[in-house]
Formats: sequence, structure tokens, C-alpha cells
Amino acid sequence: MKNLLTQTILSNGLKVLLKEVHTAPIISSWLWYRVGSRDEVQGQTGISHWVEHMQFKGTPQFPANILDKVISREGGSWNAFTYMDWTAYFETMPADKIDIALRLESDRMINSRFDSNEVASERTVIISEREGNENEPLFLLGEAIQQSAFRVHPYHHEVIGDMADLRTMTRDDLYNHYRAFYVPNNAIMAVAGDFDTNTMLARIKELFESIPTGNEPARLAREEPAQKGEVRLSVEGPGATSYVQVCYRFPSASHPDFFPLSVLDSLLAGPSNLNMFSGGISNKTSRLYRALVDKELAVSAHGGAQATIDPFLYTVSMTVHPKRKPEETLAALDKEIQRVKEEKVSKEEITRAIKQARALFAYGSENITNQGFWMGYAEMFANYEWFQTYLDKLSKVTVKDVQRVANEYFKPQSRVVGTYMPLNGKA
Amino acid sequence: MDKLNSALPGPNDIHREVLPNGITVITRSNFNSPSVVVSGYFDSGSLSDPDEKLGLADFVTSALMRGTKRRSFDKIYNELESVGASLGFNSGVHKSGFHGRSLAEDLPLLLTLLSESLTQPAFQKTEVEKLRAQLLTGLAIRAQDTSDMASMVFDEILFNGHPYSRPEDGHPETVKKITRDDLVRFHREHYGPRGLVIAIVGAVKAEEAVRQVKRALGGWQVKGQKDANQLPDVKLLKKTISKTHRISGKSQSDLVIGTNGPKRKDPEFMSATLGNNILGQFGMMGRIGDVVREKSGLAYYAYSSLSAGIGPGSWEVSAGVNPQNVKKASDLIVTELTRFAQDGVTADELADSKANFIGRLPLSLESNGGVANALLNIERHDLGLDYYRRYPDLVNEVTPEEVLNTARKFIDPNKLAIAVAGP
Repeated sequence: MKNLLTQTILSNGLKVLLKEVHTAPIISSWLWYRVGSRDEVQGQTGISHWVEHMQFKGTPQFPANILDKVISREGGSWNAFTYMDWTAYFETMPADKIDIALRLESDRMINSRFDSNEVASERTVIISEREGNENEPLFLLGEAIQQSAFRVHPYHHEVIGDMADLRTMTRDDLYNHYRAFYVPNNAIMAVAGDFDTNTMLARIKELFESIPTGNEPARLAREEPAQKGEVRLSVEGPGATSYVQVCYRFPSASHPDFFPLSVLDSLLAGPSNLNMFSGGISNKTSRLYRALVDKELAVSAHGGAQATIDPFLYTVSMTVHPKRKPEETLAALDKEIQRVKEEKVSKEEITRAIKQARALFAYGSENITNQGFWMGYAEMFANYEWFQTYLDKLSKVTVKDVQRVANEYFKPQSRVVGTYMPLNGKA
Repeated sequence: MDKLNSALPGPNDIHREVLPNGITVITRSNFNSPSVVVSGYFDSGSLSDPDEKLGLADFVTSALMRGTKRRSFDKIYNELESVGASLGFNSGVHKSGFHGRSLAEDLPLLLTLLSESLTQPAFQKTEVEKLRAQLLTGLAIRAQDTSDMASMVFDEILFNGHPYSRPEDGHPETVKKITRDDLVRFHREHYGPRGLVIAIVGAVKAEEAVRQVKRALGGWQVKGQKDANQLPDVKLLKKTISKTHRISGKSQSDLVIGTNGPKRKDPEFMSATLGNNILGQFGMMGRIGDVVREKSGLAYYAYSSLSAGIGPGSWEVSAGVNPQNVKKASDLIVTELTRFAQDGVTADELADSKANFIGRLPLSLESNGGVANALLNIERHDLGLDYYRRYPDLVNEVTPEEVLNTARKFIDPNKLAIAVAGP
């Protein structure tokens, strides 16, 4: 079985990645734009996510009431995501129906209407989305931590944006953001599935190459200064359950240390799956589970890093055991962090982390949507080679590397510790 | 057979075999990825739970992997996680289930651990208590979740006094009452090979999969394995009943509005499913999404769902809205339900949803997990091994008149359950 991979850049700057996979009569098409909350200024937080919503509100050729039916009618599955660094749109379709998805994406790269009535009704939809998030203790805590960890860098706000901005942004703000970032030279098209590469490439050229190159979007370049001392904060809210989140500063995904840190994450908290469509595995024999959950200091403990363009955070989230205080849970975590800094991990633990990663990769390759996802996703913070060589790079990680990165990144003076304090009915 | 059709599971590539002790094995090979899924169900569920110990069946499934007579909790998970495999159990009203996956080379390990967990759980006291604290925390979190609580109140109204009105994970006071002896007894009386169905999908040949299940579970025999309790009839609502559950300090309310739906085996199942798609799923959540989200901007999510199982499930609309908009959203939803039950759907709407159902089928059967679900669906509801090949015809047979008749039969806009949870 051969999986042909083709990479090319069209004359207008649109990068195209194509991978033939003939396991099922399905094609998954992904269009990625380099725009997200990282590109947002105060007063316009949440604008990238809102623009993503407006991309479902129609063009002259595909009006709103038509657009939301064309993909579904053909049996397609489609959605869009906005993240800190990117916004992505995908359609997974029966192979003989993919053309409508390609036509739709080329059309809404340039022709979305941003009708002011649609903007008005979407404003309250997004406010409602944010209110739903605010119902969750971990959203409230995460938001407080993020804004404490990033004073200068735009990673300081949530992708959904601040309520104040959601209430005041205008139609023209949204449209200008769209025009500035939705240009072919700021996008990557990745298609995987049951097609012939030459035919697919010809069709993509036909539909996309006439879209004019835009100005290179301006980026905010506000590097976060070094943190000088641990930050502790608390958030109060309804409920009976306490949570503690501890965030350490992590490098960008393209940094070589990302790989030993992935191994470290795997043995501390269980393997994280960066892949959005195939889930993970349990973490009941990770060091944190054994030390925190099995010893009844927490009811659950999870950790994870995210693959980002700029340095972001490694987050450990713990649900505090009802019989314990948050400080006790935190103290138990600190002991485990100290241990990986002082004692070398065993070779077996590293071998295990690599086998876990290999299994997660195999699960991910079961579906075409996921294969399409990885091609563009890896390009957002590195390149497709990053993904292709991921397992090789993990397997080169040594015991020494793991200890070195533990000492370098798990620094108490550059972490943020947040506690969710339940009001237990007291308002 | 065209290319699309041959990609769907059918009699030529599904292997089904019943072992002498009553276990049904159903498999389909897929060598495109070196992984394998093991998934299945057995006769155990909250239907057998006494009211005062509601959550017992769920507690038992949660405890199965916390230590067996051969291996400790840590050892079980160490073996699984060391090879990147996973295995877990869950529990419903009628059945309990399991789902696991691994690289194909680790299938023997996965089946050994499945077998030990099912047949020889230890229910060690310390593990039971650790688990109880986790379950109780889960219930405390549930009590704060507007969506979970709205669904729970909805089931209480709709299935008043019926086993379907009870949450499978119980209540704090019932979970506190469950003893280790209760777990041991429940397992002894209800667990056994009869009614156990195992689907294996992935990079393994059918005969090898069957051979491995025989090795792991072929020798399991249980005398006096109890039958599940009879499911009483559901009493229909005589008028609309509304209830509000307060959770202070929340920013959003959740709303569930609906009524009884068909059983999976009812002749109306397909017309109800297609009708439901038009009502609250198709495109951006169908007519409900169009009215509540797109036109009124009241909610981020507003959709309808149908849960047709062994007994008659519910047919419900869910939405998350600002607490001030509960009445407005609720009125819009009831108006849509009324229109749906009075006028049915148009031929164009039905054609769109039919195309959607038929077109999306290969997507749902793409991963090993998707195929395993399909095989278990065939087995549980006697659909026939050729079900997914016949599926396009079954969908295409439905007429707008049938959808209208089904809508009228099940949805009476004057007899709805309306549940709200929020501040």
C-alpha cells in the first residue's frame, strides 16, 4: 500500500499538501489559516473565533441557508476550530462528493458577506457559548491562570475572547480581520484520501489559484518577559469540589526540547495525544496517578502540553480528594516534580513512553480525517516532517535529556499555581 | 457491488460464531492499520438495582479492573498502559459494556485482562473505598452540571416511576449504602457467558480472533446466571409537566423538552430517525438550530435527539441558553415541535436527510471502533449481517407521510416533559 505525498506552493502562495490513501472511498479536505487568538489585540479578543463562525454565514454563491446544507446533504462531516495559533476548516466526504467542499472553501476564502444582521445574531450565540464555558470551574480557573502567565504576549486571553469585547466588536472589525488574514499566502490546504494526485492538484489550482495574494499579515511580536517568582491565585465559584492547576512554562513545539518533555509528560501524567480525533489511553500507572490518586490526595490528575508556535504552558490539573486540602495535593505533586529533577528516570520508562506513542499513532492512522488533520496541523507550528519523524525523535531521547529538561522547565519561580475554591452553597 | 457498498461490512467479511458456553464472537478484519479494537456488552445493568442501592451495577463495572484474583489494580493497568493499550467498562440500564484497543500484537494481553476482569474481580476492600470516593466526587460534579441535571430531571418527569427514570450512576445516598458484599453478590448472580457479545475489529484474521477469545473466555461457565428484570411498560404523560432545578452561581441554564420515542425494533424507527434529523440535526442542527440559534441567536447549541433502545427511549430537544431566555427558547422549541407533529416534513427536506444518512455511512464505519459499534448494533437488535448493505434501501423507502404519521404518533405538543437546570 503506497501513500503518495505531494507538497507544492501555488503561484498565489497557497501551500498544498496531498496524500493519497486508498483504504476507503473517503476524502478529507482541510484548510488552515495562520490566525488565532495570538493575533488579537485588547478590544478585539475573540475576533478570530467569531470570524470562524461568520464563515458559516454565507457568500453570494452559497447563502447561509444553502451553505449549511450542501455538505450534510452529500453525507459529509464538517466543522471548524479556532485555536491560539490557527483556524482550521475541514470536510470529510464520500470521495466522489469532495468537489463541493473544495468549491465552498475557495469561495469563502474571499467572498464571505459578513451581513450585519448575521453579525448581530451571532454575537448573542457566541456570548451564549462563553456563558456555557463559564459554567465550568476548570474554564474559570484556566482563564485566570492564562492571564496571569501572559501579561505581554497575546496568549493571555482565551480563544473565545472577553465578554467586554464580544459585546462591542463591530461588523467592520470582523470583516477587516477576515480580509487581513484569509489570504492564500497565509493558508495551507491539506487533502488526504481516495483520489488521484494529479487530478486533485489540477482541481485545487482551478479553484484557488486565481485568488489574489494578499499582504503578509502583520504579527504582534510581544515576547513574554521572564517570570520572576511563583504566582499563586484562586478563583471562587459554585460547587463542592476543589481543583488545583499548576502551569510551568514550556517551549514551542518546534524546539528540540519538546521531545524529551513529551517523554517526561508521558511518564509523569500518561501520554498526551496531540491528535484531535482518536482519544488517548488511561494514565493509572503514571507517576502522578500513583502518588496523588492512588494515595487519595486527588480524585484525578492529568497533565498535558500543547503544540504551539510560541512558548506556552505545561498544565497539571488535579481534582482534590474530598478529604484533602488543596495544599496537601499540591505538596504531593511537588514531591513528584522534585523526584524527576533529582533522580534519573529508568530506561524502561522511556521505552514505555515510546511504545505508547507508537500505539497512539497507529490508532490515529485508522481514519482519513485524522491523516488530513496531521498534515496541516504540523505545518502550523513546524512542518509535516515534524510529524513524520516524531517517533524517531522520541526514540533518541535519553535518560540524561529527561533529567535535564525536568530541571530546566519545572522551575518553581516561573510557574503559576491556581486553586478553584468551591463556595459549597455559600454565595 | 460498487466500491462504496463493498467498503461496508457485510456477510462476506463479517464472521460470527457462538461458542459452546454461549458467548457470541463477531469480527471483521482491517489490515490498514496495525491496531485492533475489542468491544462488547453483557446482561447487567441498573434495571437490576434496588432503589435504595441505585448505582450498584455501575459500581460493579467500575470495580472490575481494580484488582482481580491474579493481578492488582496497578499490575493490570501497568500491563495495559505499558503497551499503549486501553480497556474500560461502562454500565447502562439493560446492559454493561466494555471497550478496549491495542496494537494487534497485544490482542492476547487485552483479552486476558478482559477475561480476568469479567470472571475473577477481587473487589478488595481498600480498592472499593477508593473507588467510592471517586464515584461520590463524580456525583458532586454532576450536581453542578446544568446539562446533566436537566437531563436527569427530564427523565424523572418523563419516566415517572419507571426504571428509565433513574440515573445509572445512582445518587450520593444510594452509592454510600452499597457494600462490598453487594458487589460480590451482584457479580455472582448476574455475570456469566450467556448474553456476552464480543466484537473484534482490526489487524487480525477472523479464525485467529475466535481462537483467542476461546482461549481467554471459552472455559467460563456460570450456574444459575440470573435473568434481567422484566421491563415494565412506560406510562405516557397526560399533560405537559415542567420542573426547574436550581444550581446557584451558574451563567447558563440548560433546557430539555421532549416526550417518548420508539423502541429500536419498532417499525417507526427509521422514519423517526429521519424525522429527528430534519427536526434538530441536519446541517446546523436542523429546524431547531435554525430557529433557536441562527434566527434568534439564543443558544450556542440547540438540537434534538432520539434514544431508541431495547425499550422506548426519549425524543428530546436540548439547548443551553442565558437564564433570562429560558421561556423564550422553550416557547420557540414547543412551536417547532407542534409544527413538526402537525405538518411533518417536506419532500425536499426528507430527500436531503436521506442523502445525508446514506452518504455519511462510510465515514461512521471508517475506524475500527466505528465498525465494532456497527457489528454490536447488528447483534443487539437482530438487524442481519447484511444490514449496512441494505441500509440505503431502508432509508430510501421512507415517505414524508410515514414521517408525519410517526411524528403524530409520538409527539403531542400538549403532553411534554420540560426540564430546566440553572441559576
